[in-house]
Amino acid sequence: MAQAPSPSHRQLSPIVWMARFLRAVGGVSLLAGQTLRSAVRGGFSGPWARRELLYQLETVGIRSLTIAILTAAFSSMVMTVQFAVQMTRFGVKEYVSSVVSLSLVRELGPALTALMVGGRVGAGIAAELGSMRVTEQVDAIRAMGADPVRKLVVPRVAATTLALPLLTVFADILGVLGAMVVARIDSGVGMTLFLESMLRSVTLEDVMHGLVKTVFFGFLLGIIACYKGLSTSGGTEGVGRATTETVVITSLVTLCVDFILTNLLLGFGL
Amino acid sequence: MSDAPTTTGTPAATADEVPFIQDEAPFIQDEAPFIEFVGVRKAFGEKVIYDDLTLSVRRGETLTILGGSGTGKSVMLKLLIGLVRADSGSIRFDGQELHGRSEEALLPVRRRISMLFQGGALFDSLSVGENVAYPLREHFRLSDAELAERVKKKLALVGLPGIEHMRPAELSGGMRKRVAIARAIAADPEVLLYDEPTTGLDPINTRRINELIRSIQRDLHVTSLVVTHDMASAFMVSDRMAMLADRRIRATLSRDAFRRSSDPAIYDFVHAMSSTDEAPLDSLSTPEHAARSDVPQPKGVSR
Repeated sequence: MAQAPSPSHRQLSPIVWMARFLRAVGGVSLLAGQTLRSAVRGGFSGPWARRELLYQLETVGIRSLTIAILTAAFSSMVMTVQFAVQMTRFGVKEYVSSVVSLSLVRELGPALTALMVGGRVGAGIAAELGSMRVTEQVDAIRAMGADPVRKLVVPRVAATTLALPLLTVFADILGVLGAMVVARIDSGVGMTLFLESMLRSVTLEDVMHGLVKTVFFGFLLGIIACYKGLSTSGGTEGVGRATTETVVITSLVTLCVDFILTNLLLGFGL
Repeated sequence: MSDAPTTTGTPAATADEVPFIQDEAPFIQDEAPFIEFVGVRKAFGEKVIYDDLTLSVRRGETLTILGGSGTGKSVMLKLLIGLVRADSGSIRFDGQELHGRSEEALLPVRRRISMLFQGGALFDSLSVGENVAYPLREHFRLSDAELAERVKKKLALVGLPGIEHMRPAELSGGMRKRVAIARAIAADPEVLLYDEPTTGLDPINTRRINELIRSIQRDLHVTSLVVTHDMASAFMVSDRMAMLADRRIRATLSRDAFRRSSDPAIYDFVHAMSSTDEAPLDSLSTPEHAARSDVPQPKGVSR
Protein backbone atom coordinates (compact mmCIF):
# COMPACT_ATOMS: atom_id res chain seq x y z
CA MET A 1 0.00 0.00 0.00
CA ALA A 2 1.31 3.40 -0.91
CA GLN A 3 2.24 5.48 2.09
CA ALA A 4 1.40 9.15 2.45
CA PRO A 5 4.49 11.32 2.05
CA SER A 6 5.98 12.59 5.28
CA PRO A 7 5.75 16.36 5.87
CA SER A 8 9.42 16.84 5.04
CA HIS A 9 8.98 15.17 1.66
CA ARG A 10 5.79 16.95 0.69
CA GLN A 11 5.95 19.22 -2.33
CA LEU A 12 6.04 22.79 -1.06
CA SER A 13 4.18 25.54 -2.86
CA PRO A 14 6.38 28.47 -3.98
CA ILE A 15 4.69 30.76 -1.45
CA VAL A 16 5.35 28.40 1.47
CA TRP A 17 8.91 27.88 0.25
CA MET A 18 9.47 31.64 0.03
CA ALA A 19 7.95 32.18 3.50
CA ARG A 20 10.29 29.56 4.98
CA PHE A 21 13.26 31.03 3.18
CA LEU A 22 12.51 34.54 4.44
CA ARG A 23 11.93 33.24 7.97
CA ALA A 24 15.29 31.46 7.87
CA VAL A 25 17.06 34.58 6.56
CA GLY A 26 15.40 36.60 9.32
CA GLY A 27 16.39 34.02 11.94
CA VAL A 28 20.01 33.92 10.81
CA SER A 29 20.18 37.74 10.73
CA LEU A 30 18.70 37.97 14.21
CA LEU A 31 21.14 35.39 15.55
CA ALA A 32 24.04 37.22 13.89
CA GLY A 33 22.98 40.44 15.63
CA GLN A 34 22.61 38.73 19.01
CA THR A 35 26.01 37.06 18.58
CA LEU A 36 27.81 40.31 17.77
CA ARG A 37 26.07 42.10 20.67
CA SER A 38 26.90 39.30 23.07
CA ALA A 39 30.55 39.18 21.91
CA VAL A 40 30.92 42.93 22.39
CA ARG A 41 29.28 42.78 25.85
CA GLY A 42 31.95 40.49 27.26
CA GLY A 43 31.18 37.21 25.54
CA PHE A 44 34.77 36.08 26.14
CA SER A 45 35.11 37.14 29.76
CA GLY A 46 35.67 34.52 32.44
CA PRO A 47 37.93 31.48 32.40
CA TRP A 48 35.20 29.14 31.11
CA ALA A 49 34.45 31.33 28.09
CA ARG A 50 38.14 31.52 27.17
CA ARG A 51 38.56 27.78 27.64
CA GLU A 52 35.55 27.13 25.41
CA LEU A 53 36.93 29.46 22.74
CA LEU A 54 40.30 27.66 22.79
CA TYR A 55 38.54 24.28 22.58
CA GLN A 56 36.49 25.46 19.60
CA LEU A 57 39.59 26.90 17.92
CA GLU A 58 41.23 23.52 18.28
CA THR A 59 38.16 21.70 16.93
CA VAL A 60 37.59 24.05 14.02
CA GLY A 61 41.17 25.03 13.27
CA ILE A 62 43.80 22.47 14.20
CA ARG A 63 41.63 19.44 13.43
CA SER A 64 40.73 20.88 10.01
CA LEU A 65 44.32 21.63 9.04
CA THR A 66 44.94 18.34 7.23
CA ILE A 67 41.83 18.53 5.09
CA ALA A 68 42.51 22.19 4.23
CA ILE A 69 46.13 21.74 3.14
CA LEU A 70 45.54 18.47 1.28
CA THR A 71 42.66 20.03 -0.66
CA ALA A 72 44.73 23.09 -1.61
CA ALA A 73 47.86 21.08 -2.44
CA PHE A 74 46.14 18.60 -4.75
CA SER A 75 44.00 21.28 -6.42
CA SER A 76 47.05 23.42 -7.21
CA MET A 77 49.02 20.39 -8.40
CA VAL A 78 46.23 19.42 -10.81
CA MET A 79 45.99 23.02 -12.02
CA THR A 80 49.74 23.13 -12.60
CA VAL A 81 49.59 19.99 -14.75
CA GLN A 82 46.65 21.32 -16.78
CA PHE A 83 48.03 24.84 -17.27
CA ALA A 84 51.54 23.61 -18.03
CA VAL A 85 50.28 21.52 -20.96
CA GLN A 86 48.26 24.39 -22.44
CA MET A 87 50.87 27.08 -21.84
CA THR A 88 53.71 25.00 -23.28
CA ARG A 89 51.77 25.06 -26.56
CA PHE A 90 52.02 28.83 -26.60
CA GLY A 91 55.61 28.84 -25.34
CA VAL A 92 54.86 30.61 -22.08
CA LYS A 93 55.17 27.75 -19.61
CA GLU A 94 57.27 29.89 -17.22
CA TYR A 95 54.07 31.84 -16.51
CA VAL A 96 52.38 28.76 -15.08
CA SER A 97 53.63 29.86 -11.65
CA SER A 98 51.88 33.25 -11.90
CA VAL A 99 48.59 31.79 -13.11
CA VAL A 100 48.44 29.02 -10.52
CA SER A 101 49.56 31.20 -7.61
CA LEU A 102 47.16 34.01 -8.42
CA SER A 103 44.26 31.59 -8.82
CA LEU A 104 45.18 29.95 -5.57
CA VAL A 105 45.55 32.97 -3.29
CA ARG A 106 42.68 35.01 -4.76
CA GLU A 107 40.10 32.32 -5.31
CA LEU A 108 40.79 28.62 -4.95
CA GLY A 109 42.50 28.70 -1.58
CA PRO A 110 39.73 30.64 0.20
CA ALA A 111 36.80 29.01 -1.60
CA LEU A 112 38.01 25.40 -1.38
CA THR A 113 39.05 25.80 2.25
CA ALA A 114 35.66 27.29 3.10
CA LEU A 115 33.83 24.50 1.27
CA MET A 116 35.85 21.63 2.74
CA VAL A 117 36.16 22.98 6.28
CA GLY A 118 32.58 24.23 6.11
CA GLY A 119 31.31 20.75 5.36
CA ARG A 120 33.26 19.23 8.20
CA VAL A 121 32.80 21.91 10.84
CA GLY A 122 29.29 23.02 9.86
CA ALA A 123 27.97 19.48 10.11
CA GLY A 124 29.67 19.02 13.47
CA ILE A 125 28.26 22.24 14.95
CA ALA A 126 24.73 21.59 13.66
CA ALA A 127 24.75 18.01 14.95
CA GLU A 128 26.11 18.98 18.37
CA LEU A 129 23.74 21.90 18.94
CA GLY A 130 20.84 19.98 17.40
CA SER A 131 21.40 17.12 19.84
CA MET A 132 21.60 19.59 22.72
CA ARG A 133 18.37 21.16 21.55
CA VAL A 134 16.36 17.92 21.33
CA THR A 135 17.69 16.65 24.68
CA GLU A 136 16.64 19.94 26.35
CA GLN A 137 20.24 20.94 27.17
CA VAL A 138 19.68 24.32 25.51
CA ASP A 139 16.55 24.83 27.63
CA ALA A 140 18.58 23.82 30.69
CA ILE A 141 21.13 26.56 29.93
CA ARG A 142 18.32 29.13 29.77
CA ALA A 143 16.63 27.73 32.87
CA MET A 144 19.87 28.17 34.82
CA GLY A 145 19.92 31.85 33.93
CA ALA A 146 22.59 31.61 31.24
CA ASP A 147 22.39 32.82 27.66
CA PRO A 148 22.72 30.05 25.01
CA VAL A 149 23.93 32.58 22.44
CA ARG A 150 26.79 33.61 24.70
CA LYS A 151 27.57 30.08 25.85
CA LEU A 152 27.20 28.18 22.60
CA VAL A 153 27.10 30.49 19.59
CA VAL A 154 29.73 33.14 20.38
CA PRO A 155 32.68 30.73 20.85
CA ARG A 156 31.78 28.69 17.77
CA VAL A 157 31.28 31.69 15.49
CA ALA A 158 34.45 33.32 16.83
CA ALA A 159 36.35 30.10 16.16
CA THR A 160 35.12 29.72 12.57
CA THR A 161 35.73 33.42 11.86
CA LEU A 162 39.29 33.31 13.23
CA ALA A 163 40.24 29.84 12.04
CA LEU A 164 39.21 30.05 8.39
CA PRO A 165 41.65 32.85 7.41
CA LEU A 166 44.47 31.06 9.27
CA LEU A 167 43.66 27.76 7.58
CA THR A 168 43.60 29.56 4.23
CA VAL A 169 47.10 30.93 4.84
CA PHE A 170 48.36 27.37 5.39
CA ALA A 171 46.37 26.16 2.38
CA ASP A 172 47.91 28.89 0.20
CA ILE A 173 51.44 28.03 1.33
CA LEU A 174 51.06 24.29 0.83
CA GLY A 175 49.24 24.86 -2.44
CA VAL A 176 52.13 26.93 -3.82
CA LEU A 177 54.68 24.36 -2.62
CA GLY A 178 52.73 21.56 -4.31
CA ALA A 179 52.48 23.51 -7.55
CA MET A 180 56.19 24.28 -7.41
CA VAL A 181 57.15 20.62 -7.02
CA VAL A 182 54.84 19.49 -9.83
CA ALA A 183 56.03 22.30 -12.13
CA ARG A 184 59.62 21.17 -11.54
CA ILE A 185 58.98 17.46 -12.08
CA ASP A 186 56.30 17.63 -14.77
CA SER A 187 57.26 20.69 -16.82
CA GLY A 188 60.88 21.29 -15.94
CA VAL A 189 60.20 24.77 -14.52
CA GLY A 190 62.93 25.41 -11.99
CA MET A 191 62.03 26.29 -8.43
CA THR A 192 63.89 29.60 -8.53
CA LEU A 193 62.14 30.60 -11.75
CA PHE A 194 58.81 29.52 -10.26
CA LEU A 195 59.31 31.63 -7.12
CA GLU A 196 60.60 34.67 -9.01
CA SER A 197 57.66 34.56 -11.39
CA MET A 198 55.23 34.15 -8.52
CA LEU A 199 56.68 37.03 -6.48
CA ARG A 200 56.53 39.30 -9.54
CA SER A 201 52.83 38.65 -10.08
CA VAL A 202 51.31 37.95 -6.65
CA THR A 203 51.01 41.02 -4.42
CA LEU A 204 49.96 41.47 -0.81
CA GLU A 205 46.65 42.85 -2.11
CA ASP A 206 46.00 39.53 -3.85
CA VAL A 207 46.56 37.64 -0.62
CA MET A 208 44.39 40.08 1.31
CA HIS A 209 41.63 39.77 -1.28
CA GLY A 210 41.43 36.07 -0.51
CA LEU A 211 41.77 36.39 3.25
CA VAL A 212 39.13 39.13 3.62
CA LYS A 213 36.65 36.81 1.93
CA THR A 214 37.41 33.98 4.34
CA VAL A 215 36.48 36.17 7.32
CA PHE A 216 32.97 36.47 5.87
CA PHE A 217 32.87 32.79 4.93
CA GLY A 218 33.87 31.80 8.46
CA PHE A 219 31.32 34.07 10.14
CA LEU A 220 28.48 32.91 7.90
CA LEU A 221 29.48 29.26 8.31
CA GLY A 222 29.38 29.55 12.10
CA ILE A 223 26.10 31.49 12.23
CA ILE A 224 24.25 29.25 9.77
CA ALA A 225 25.44 26.05 11.47
CA CYS A 226 24.47 27.39 14.92
CA TYR A 227 21.09 28.58 13.64
CA LYS A 228 20.31 25.21 12.09
CA GLY A 229 21.41 23.41 15.24
CA LEU A 230 19.45 25.62 17.63
CA SER A 231 16.29 25.48 15.52
CA THR A 232 16.33 21.69 15.28
CA SER A 233 13.07 19.91 16.04
CA GLY A 234 11.80 16.39 15.53
CA GLY A 235 14.20 14.32 17.61
CA THR A 236 17.11 12.42 16.12
CA GLU A 237 15.61 12.56 12.63
CA GLY A 238 15.57 16.34 12.99
CA VAL A 239 19.25 16.34 13.97
CA GLY A 240 20.13 14.41 10.80
CA ARG A 241 18.06 16.76 8.68
CA ALA A 242 19.62 19.86 10.25
CA THR A 243 23.12 18.47 9.67
CA THR A 244 22.51 17.70 6.00
CA GLU A 245 20.83 21.04 5.37
CA THR A 246 23.70 22.86 7.03
CA VAL A 247 26.26 21.33 4.66
CA VAL A 248 24.16 22.14 1.60
CA ILE A 249 23.26 25.67 2.70
CA THR A 250 26.75 26.67 3.84
CA SER A 251 28.24 25.41 0.55
CA LEU A 252 25.74 27.34 -1.54
CA VAL A 253 26.08 30.45 0.60
CA THR A 254 29.88 30.28 0.33
CA LEU A 255 29.71 30.17 -3.48
CA CYS A 256 27.11 32.96 -3.72
CA VAL A 257 28.87 35.22 -1.23
CA ASP A 258 32.19 34.52 -2.96
CA PHE A 259 30.77 35.86 -6.22
CA ILE A 260 29.32 38.97 -4.55
CA LEU A 261 32.41 39.70 -2.45
CA THR A 262 34.81 39.20 -5.35
CA ASN A 263 32.95 41.84 -7.35
CA LEU A 264 32.73 44.18 -4.37
CA LEU A 265 36.41 43.86 -3.51
CA LEU A 266 37.45 44.38 -7.13
CA GLY A 267 35.27 47.49 -7.07
CA PHE A 268 37.28 48.70 -4.08
CA GLY A 269 40.51 47.98 -5.96
CA LEU A 270 41.46 44.92 -3.92
CA MET B 1 -9.37 31.43 44.27
CA SER B 2 -9.67 30.94 47.99
CA ASP B 3 -6.69 29.59 49.79
CA ALA B 4 -8.49 28.72 52.98
CA PRO B 5 -9.02 25.01 53.50
CA THR B 6 -12.45 24.42 52.02
CA THR B 7 -14.55 21.55 50.91
CA THR B 8 -17.19 22.17 48.32
CA GLY B 9 -19.42 19.86 46.36
CA THR B 10 -20.36 16.34 47.25
CA PRO B 11 -18.85 12.99 46.46
CA ALA B 12 -21.54 12.61 43.86
CA ALA B 13 -20.61 15.88 42.15
CA THR B 14 -20.72 15.86 38.38
CA ALA B 15 -17.65 16.45 36.28
CA ASP B 16 -18.50 20.15 35.99
CA GLU B 17 -18.93 20.52 39.73
CA VAL B 18 -15.53 19.34 40.75
CA PRO B 19 -14.97 19.45 44.49
CA PHE B 20 -12.14 21.77 45.45
CA ILE B 21 -10.49 20.62 48.63
CA GLN B 22 -7.37 22.00 50.19
CA ASP B 23 -6.02 20.13 53.15
CA GLU B 24 -3.16 21.19 55.31
CA ALA B 25 0.16 19.91 54.02
CA PRO B 26 2.94 19.23 56.53
CA PHE B 27 5.58 21.57 55.07
CA ILE B 28 3.45 24.54 54.03
CA GLN B 29 5.04 27.73 55.35
CA ASP B 30 2.53 30.30 54.18
CA GLU B 31 -1.12 30.23 53.11
CA ALA B 32 -0.73 33.07 50.59
CA PRO B 33 -0.25 31.97 46.98
CA PHE B 34 3.44 31.71 46.15
CA ILE B 35 2.93 30.74 42.52
CA GLU B 36 -0.23 31.57 40.60
CA PHE B 37 -1.50 30.86 37.10
CA VAL B 38 -4.63 32.91 36.39
CA GLY B 39 -6.62 32.57 33.18
CA VAL B 40 -3.60 31.46 31.19
CA ARG B 41 -4.09 30.70 27.51
CA LYS B 42 -1.49 28.96 25.38
CA ALA B 43 -1.67 27.52 21.88
CA PHE B 44 0.95 26.02 19.58
CA GLY B 45 -0.32 26.97 16.13
CA GLU B 46 -3.84 25.62 15.82
CA LYS B 47 -3.53 23.38 18.87
CA VAL B 48 -4.87 25.03 22.00
CA ILE B 49 -3.09 23.67 25.08
CA TYR B 50 -4.83 25.79 27.74
CA ASP B 51 -7.72 28.16 27.36
CA ASP B 52 -8.29 29.13 30.98
CA LEU B 53 -5.64 27.67 33.21
CA THR B 54 -5.84 28.67 36.86
CA LEU B 55 -3.74 27.19 39.65
CA SER B 56 -2.38 28.37 42.96
CA VAL B 57 0.63 26.92 44.78
CA ARG B 58 1.54 27.73 48.38
CA ARG B 59 5.04 28.22 49.70
CA GLY B 60 6.62 25.02 50.96
CA GLU B 61 4.18 22.50 49.49
CA THR B 62 4.70 19.82 46.89
CA LEU B 63 2.00 19.96 44.26
CA THR B 64 1.81 17.28 41.61
CA ILE B 65 0.24 17.95 38.23
CA LEU B 66 -1.31 14.89 36.66
CA GLY B 67 -2.85 14.44 33.27
CA GLY B 68 -2.77 12.35 30.14
CA SER B 69 -0.05 12.51 27.53
CA GLY B 70 -0.12 15.67 25.44
CA THR B 71 -2.28 17.66 27.86
CA GLY B 72 0.49 20.19 28.46
CA LYS B 73 1.81 19.22 31.89
CA SER B 74 5.43 20.01 31.09
CA VAL B 75 4.41 23.22 29.32
CA MET B 76 3.12 24.53 32.67
CA LEU B 77 6.58 24.21 34.19
CA LYS B 78 8.18 25.84 31.15
CA LEU B 79 5.68 28.71 31.33
CA LEU B 80 6.65 29.36 34.92
CA ILE B 81 10.37 29.51 34.24
CA GLY B 82 9.88 31.45 31.00
CA LEU B 83 11.08 28.82 28.52
CA VAL B 84 7.66 29.03 26.85
CA ARG B 85 5.58 32.23 26.65
CA ALA B 86 1.85 32.33 27.43
CA ASP B 87 -0.49 33.92 24.88
CA SER B 88 -2.48 35.68 27.60
CA GLY B 89 -3.32 35.51 31.29
CA SER B 90 -1.24 36.07 34.38
CA ILE B 91 1.62 34.04 35.88
CA ARG B 92 2.75 35.34 39.26
CA PHE B 93 5.66 34.25 41.40
CA ASP B 94 5.99 35.65 44.92
CA GLY B 95 3.72 38.53 43.97
CA GLN B 96 5.65 39.44 40.80
CA GLU B 97 4.08 39.20 37.36
CA LEU B 98 6.16 37.03 35.00
CA HIS B 99 4.01 37.13 31.88
CA GLY B 100 5.57 39.33 29.23
CA ARG B 101 8.97 39.60 30.91
CA SER B 102 12.09 39.69 28.75
CA GLU B 103 14.83 37.05 29.05
CA GLU B 104 16.92 39.53 31.00
CA ALA B 105 14.09 40.36 33.40
CA LEU B 106 13.56 36.65 34.01
CA LEU B 107 17.12 36.12 35.27
CA PRO B 108 16.36 36.92 38.94
CA VAL B 109 13.43 34.49 38.76
CA ARG B 110 15.62 31.75 37.30
CA ARG B 111 17.96 32.24 40.21
CA ARG B 112 15.10 31.30 42.58
CA ILE B 113 13.38 28.62 40.47
CA SER B 114 15.19 25.54 39.26
CA MET B 115 14.05 22.78 36.94
CA LEU B 116 14.76 19.08 36.63
CA PHE B 117 14.28 18.11 32.99
CA GLN B 118 12.75 14.81 31.93
CA GLY B 119 15.94 13.31 30.54
CA GLY B 120 18.19 15.11 33.04
CA ALA B 121 19.56 17.44 30.33
CA LEU B 122 23.09 17.05 31.68
CA PHE B 123 25.76 18.60 29.48
CA ASP B 124 27.59 15.73 27.80
CA SER B 125 30.71 17.80 27.21
CA LEU B 126 31.18 18.55 30.92
CA SER B 127 32.03 16.29 33.84
CA VAL B 128 29.51 15.60 36.60
CA GLY B 129 31.25 18.13 38.85
CA GLU B 130 31.21 20.82 36.15
CA ASN B 131 27.52 20.10 35.52
CA VAL B 132 26.63 20.60 39.17
CA ALA B 133 28.83 23.70 39.35
CA TYR B 134 27.17 25.27 36.28
CA PRO B 135 24.38 27.21 38.06
CA LEU B 136 26.81 28.21 40.81
CA ARG B 137 29.15 29.76 38.26
CA GLU B 138 26.20 31.61 36.71
CA HIS B 139 24.78 33.02 39.90
CA PHE B 140 27.67 33.38 42.35
CA ARG B 141 31.29 34.47 42.39
CA LEU B 142 32.93 31.58 44.18
CA SER B 143 36.51 30.43 44.32
CA ASP B 144 37.39 27.04 42.84
CA ALA B 145 37.75 25.61 46.36
CA GLU B 146 34.31 26.89 47.39
CA LEU B 147 32.80 25.55 44.19
CA ALA B 148 34.35 22.14 44.72
CA GLU B 149 33.08 22.07 48.30
CA ARG B 150 29.52 22.93 47.32
CA VAL B 151 29.52 20.43 44.46
CA LYS B 152 30.78 17.75 46.82
CA LYS B 153 28.05 18.58 49.34
CA LYS B 154 25.24 18.47 46.78
CA LEU B 155 26.42 15.20 45.28
CA ALA B 156 26.58 13.69 48.76
CA LEU B 157 23.03 14.94 49.40
CA VAL B 158 21.73 12.91 46.45
CA GLY B 159 23.73 9.88 47.53
CA LEU B 160 26.45 10.07 44.88
CA PRO B 161 29.62 11.23 46.63
CA GLY B 162 32.94 11.23 44.79
CA ILE B 163 31.72 11.03 41.19
CA GLU B 164 32.73 14.59 40.25
CA HIS B 165 35.15 13.45 37.56
CA MET B 166 32.82 11.03 35.81
CA ARG B 167 31.15 11.92 32.51
CA PRO B 168 27.33 11.87 32.13
CA ALA B 169 27.69 9.13 29.49
CA GLU B 170 29.20 6.84 32.14
CA LEU B 171 26.16 7.10 34.43
CA SER B 172 23.07 4.91 34.65
CA GLY B 173 19.60 6.41 34.16
CA GLY B 174 18.97 6.68 37.91
CA MET B 175 22.37 8.26 38.54
CA ARG B 176 21.81 10.80 35.76
CA LYS B 177 18.51 11.81 37.36
CA ARG B 178 20.18 12.21 40.75
CA VAL B 179 23.04 14.26 39.32
CA ALA B 180 20.43 16.40 37.57
CA ILE B 181 18.71 16.88 40.94
CA ALA B 182 22.07 17.83 42.51
CA ARG B 183 22.51 20.42 39.75
CA ALA B 184 18.95 21.67 40.25
CA ILE B 185 19.48 22.25 43.98
CA ALA B 186 23.08 23.53 43.64
CA ALA B 187 22.13 27.21 43.80
CA ASP B 188 19.69 26.62 46.70
CA PRO B 189 16.51 27.51 44.79
CA GLU B 190 13.21 28.28 46.50
CA VAL B 191 11.17 26.38 43.92
CA LEU B 192 11.97 23.11 42.19
CA LEU B 193 10.15 22.00 39.07
CA TYR B 194 10.30 18.26 38.37
CA ASP B 195 9.39 17.15 34.85
CA GLU B 196 8.60 13.41 34.93
CA PRO B 197 11.29 12.67 37.55
CA THR B 198 10.75 8.90 37.60
CA THR B 199 10.04 8.16 33.94
CA GLY B 200 12.11 5.28 32.62
CA LEU B 201 13.50 4.23 36.00
CA ASP B 202 13.31 0.84 37.66
CA PRO B 203 11.24 0.50 40.88
CA ILE B 204 14.24 0.86 43.20
CA ASN B 205 15.48 4.03 41.52
CA THR B 206 11.91 5.33 41.34
CA ARG B 207 11.55 4.92 45.08
CA ARG B 208 14.97 6.51 45.65
CA ILE B 209 14.03 9.57 43.57
CA ASN B 210 10.67 9.87 45.34
CA GLU B 211 12.37 9.79 48.73
CA LEU B 212 14.86 12.36 47.51
CA ILE B 213 12.06 14.70 46.40
CA ARG B 214 10.44 14.38 49.81
CA SER B 215 13.68 14.87 51.71
CA ILE B 216 14.60 17.93 49.64
CA GLN B 217 11.25 19.47 50.49
CA ARG B 218 11.63 18.59 54.18
CA ASP B 219 15.28 19.57 54.65
CA LEU B 220 15.65 22.47 52.20
CA HIS B 221 12.08 23.85 52.55
CA VAL B 222 11.67 23.97 48.81
CA THR B 223 8.32 24.49 47.09
CA SER B 224 7.96 21.76 44.49
CA LEU B 225 5.86 21.31 41.36
CA VAL B 226 6.00 17.78 40.06
CA VAL B 227 4.71 16.72 36.66
CA THR B 228 4.16 13.01 36.35
CA HIS B 229 1.79 10.32 35.17
CA ASP B 230 3.20 7.84 37.70
CA MET B 231 0.40 7.61 40.28
CA ALA B 232 2.48 5.74 42.84
CA SER B 233 5.11 8.48 42.78
CA ALA B 234 2.45 11.16 42.89
CA PHE B 235 0.84 9.72 46.02
CA MET B 236 4.24 9.36 47.65
CA VAL B 237 5.59 12.88 47.10
CA SER B 238 2.52 15.12 46.98
CA ASP B 239 0.85 17.35 49.49
CA ARG B 240 -1.76 18.25 46.90
CA MET B 241 -2.52 16.99 43.42
CA ALA B 242 -3.95 18.82 40.42
CA MET B 243 -5.66 17.20 37.48
CA LEU B 244 -5.04 18.76 34.08
CA ALA B 245 -7.76 17.94 31.56
CA ASP B 246 -9.90 19.73 28.99
CA ARG B 247 -7.27 22.49 28.61
CA ARG B 248 -7.54 23.61 32.24
CA ILE B 249 -6.90 22.48 35.78
CA ARG B 250 -9.97 20.42 36.49
CA ALA B 251 -9.43 20.00 40.23
CA THR B 252 -6.81 20.64 42.91
CA LEU B 253 -7.21 18.28 45.82
CA SER B 254 -5.34 16.97 48.80
CA ARG B 255 -3.65 13.62 48.26
CA ASP B 256 -6.40 11.68 50.06
CA ALA B 257 -9.23 13.63 48.47
CA PHE B 258 -7.68 12.97 45.07
CA ARG B 259 -7.60 9.25 45.75
CA ARG B 260 -11.28 9.31 46.78
CA SER B 261 -12.48 11.71 44.10
CA SER B 262 -15.53 10.74 42.08
CA ASP B 263 -14.70 13.14 39.27
CA PRO B 264 -14.76 10.81 36.25
CA ALA B 265 -11.48 12.11 34.83
CA ILE B 266 -9.65 11.67 38.13
CA TYR B 267 -11.37 8.40 38.98
CA ASP B 268 -10.48 6.89 35.61
CA PHE B 269 -6.91 8.14 35.87
CA VAL B 270 -6.33 6.86 39.42
CA HIS B 271 -8.04 3.53 38.90
CA ALA B 272 -6.69 2.85 35.42
CA MET B 273 -3.20 3.35 36.79
CA SER B 274 -3.69 1.35 39.95
CA SER B 275 -5.42 -1.51 38.15
CA THR B 276 -2.56 -1.64 35.66
CA ASP B 277 -0.04 -1.54 38.48
CA GLU B 278 -1.74 -4.16 40.60
CA ALA B 279 -2.96 -6.60 37.95
CA PRO B 280 -0.99 -9.83 38.11
CA LEU B 281 0.61 -10.74 34.83
CA ASP B 282 -1.10 -14.10 34.68
CA SER B 283 -4.51 -12.40 34.86
CA LEU B 284 -3.98 -11.53 31.22
CA SER B 285 -4.21 -15.16 30.34
CA THR B 286 -7.41 -16.06 32.23
CA PRO B 287 -9.96 -18.04 30.18
CA GLU B 288 -12.35 -15.03 30.16
CA HIS B 289 -9.62 -12.78 28.87
CA ALA B 290 -8.33 -15.29 26.38
CA ALA B 291 -11.83 -15.94 25.05
CA ARG B 292 -12.19 -12.35 23.95
CA SER B 293 -11.02 -12.14 20.41
CA ASP B 294 -10.47 -8.36 20.56
CA VAL B 295 -7.89 -8.59 23.35
CA PRO B 296 -4.37 -8.96 22.00
CA GLN B 297 -2.63 -12.04 23.36
CA PRO B 298 0.72 -11.72 25.06
CA LYS B 299 3.47 -13.56 23.21
CA GLY B 300 3.87 -17.15 24.31
CA VAL B 301 0.34 -17.44 25.69
CA SER B 302 -1.54 -20.31 24.12
CA ARG B 303 -5.23 -20.99 24.50
